Amino acid sequence: MSETWKTLKPYALITPQTLVFLLFLVFPILMIGVVSFWEFNGYSMTPAFTLANYQGILTDVTFKTYLNTFKFLGMVWLATLLIGYPVAYFLAFHVPKLEWQILLFLVCTIPFWTSNIIRMISWVPLLGREGLVNQMFMGVGLIQQPMEFLLYSDFAVVLGMVHLYIIFMIAPIFNSLMRIERSLVTAAEDLGASGLQVFREVILPLSAPGIAIGSIFIVTLVMGEFVTVRLMGGGQSASVGKLIQTQIGSLQYPLAAANAIVLLAVTMLIIISILRVLDIRKEL
Amino acid sequence: MGKFSRRQVIRTSLAAGAFLTATRCAAPSGTPNNPASGPQVNTNQSKDVTLRLIGTGVSQINDIRDKAQEDLGFKFDMRALSTEENNQIAITQPGQYDIFDGEYFSLPLVVPSGNLQPIDIKRITNYDKIVSFFRTGEFKGMPVEKSQGTAPFKVQYLTGADSKEFSATPTDYATLIPFQYNADTLGYRPDLVGRPIESWGELFNEEFKGKTSILDIPQIGIMDAAMVAESLGLMTFADKGNMTKAEIDQIIEILKEQKANGQFRAFWKTFDESVNLMSSGEVVLQSMWSPAVTAVQSQGTECIYAPLKEGYRGWGGGIGLSKNLEGVNLDAAYEYINWMLDGWVGAFLGRQGYYSAAPETARKFMSTSEWDFWYEGKPAAEDIVDPFGKTLAKSGVSRDGGSFDERFGNIVCWNSTMEENTYLVQKWNEFIAS
Repeated sequence: MSETWKTLKPYALITPQTLVFLLFLVFPILMIGVVSFWEFNGYSMTPAFTLANYQGILTDVTFKTYLNTFKFLGMVWLATLLIGYPVAYFLAFHVPKLEWQILLFLVCTIPFWTSNIIRMISWVPLLGREGLVNQMFMGVGLIQQPMEFLLYSDFAVVLGMVHLYIIFMIAPIFNSLMRIERSLVTAAEDLGASGLQVFREVILPLSAPGIAIGSIFIVTLVMGEFVTVRLMGGGQSASVGKLIQTQIGSLQYPLAAANAIVLLAVTMLIIISILRVLDIRKEL
Repeated sequence: MGKFSRRQVIRTSLAAGAFLTATRCAAPSGTPNNPASGPQVNTNQSKDVTLRLIGTGVSQINDIRDKAQEDLGFKFDMRALSTEENNQIAITQPGQYDIFDGEYFSLPLVVPSGNLQPIDIKRITNYDKIVSFFRTGEFKGMPVEKSQGTAPFKVQYLTGADSKEFSATPTDYATLIPFQYNADTLGYRPDLVGRPIESWGELFNEEFKGKTSILDIPQIGIMDAAMVAESLGLMTFADKGNMTKAEIDQIIEILKEQKANGQFRAFWKTFDESVNLMSSGEVVLQSMWSPAVTAVQSQGTECIYAPLKEGYRGWGGGIGLSKNLEGVNLDAAYEYINWMLDGWVGAFLGRQGYYSAAPETARKFMSTSEWDFWYEGKPAAEDIVDPFGKTLAKSGVSRDGGSFDERFGNIVCWNSTMEENTYLVQKWNEFIAS
């Protein structure tokens, strides 16, 4: 009896979690998959099996929109990495006290405390045609005409997303940097490695899993992004998320579902390839 | 701060990251600001009734709810949604509302879903006082009679008591009772434009390159674009309100070209976005809704709602009954409709620049100077104040576009749901992605 219980116990323990997981994650995604094959008109959906939705999205536009989304992804990823890594490095190696490290880490989360509405409104006085940045540059005579690309442009979209998501790059990198045994650095220095060599041979490889985790965060967030794209792009920039949102807004659920499935597949592919390159298991 | 082990910090930071990711997944929605009403002593059955209304932000007004609760004795629960959410709920979640306050152009989608029950006109006291265009499609022989698109009259009647089919001629069964409507046009900043705007075509004028905007709602934006294209002679339509695929292709091509040339500064989707764009000066000329113009003005910025020679794009919203309403609740809903047509609401909306379904009854609740200003288009005899106490026009100023007849009579097209709606949305996405 007790033997059976011993075998069953782990299963009993994971049951609640599995049920929640199935009910609220797997089942909805399956439903989206099912609906993506349904037929629809302006106001209702009918169960059917049609590939028309998938054919309908395999167009130039979808392709271009994906390219545009990848462009955003690439730029946001690069920017968050280039800014996030030094920030995390500074936090981990140059801030001596743990208390300060924690405090400064919390400071990095501040962009997160504002709502979308606030962000939407507050970027205008900063980046707008008559905004602070333009006024400053015009004041010191660097430019004669206000720079229009600052707001409602791809630049603004990337800026908005970097501002918003950089914490997801900082946190895991900070985490892996903190786990590096300091004696390894000392050993490398004892062996005569220069600062750059220590970084390249010791720190960078050991923090790679952190970069991978951060990248996964960025990929999933940016691939599905539509709010920032709309607000900062002034509705003029396209992303897959926004495409889906427009379709949902027009009650074209099956089309949106088909798009969502494709997006899911593409995002999974990117993540799988990240995982192929870097093993993050030892990080967890 | 106490002692933190390094491992603890690591765990916390990872968890924080995961937590932040999770909170990001919740998409922001509209911001309905409808506080719950106070407790109430119930003395009879109808006081137990709470009617749940859904509608767009411009129609769900707390002052109207409070006054209705006071006059009628039962409760209202209002939800302010975006145009799109409103239609989605109307069609997919019939259990969520008792009264649907939506636009006429959504009816070709909402009515076939069977979620609305026809309104029995015999129970509506002031039905004959409603502006004739809604009831009969006639309006003093003015251009609006020939207007294109989903004109309210075309979807006003159903063929029977449990029908889902529109009737081309008046019957006893109505889809909606008009609540508010207006003649939309371009709004502009006179201080930044520097001259009067008199034609839709100006939206594509190079003079305003990078300073214009249109709506990013396909069914409305396409109508504005069509007005512009027609005005400039770029193309013609057999019926703007029901474009063919070829026509949609052509107009989208025109829009794409304008976008590529940098004509637009931004597109907007919600009311406050359009107000922001205009009051910050990012955009100087754009298609707008009339209360948005009023909102810009009330910030002390000059903004003109241009009367254009080609005419206006009309929109109208009304109140419909959910199929779930029955018994006391249904009676209460009819009471509400009759109350709405009684005039107080009409006057309230009138002071915001909308038109009332039954202007005659609203007149009783407006002062002569208010009536003359809003409906007759005469210069204000005294300062004109909106229902929230803000002065909208100084004495001596006239409203843009003149009298009710001049404005309403010159509507040439309406927000539209076309037969090719799916195709339109697809092409619209193409335009946005271009």
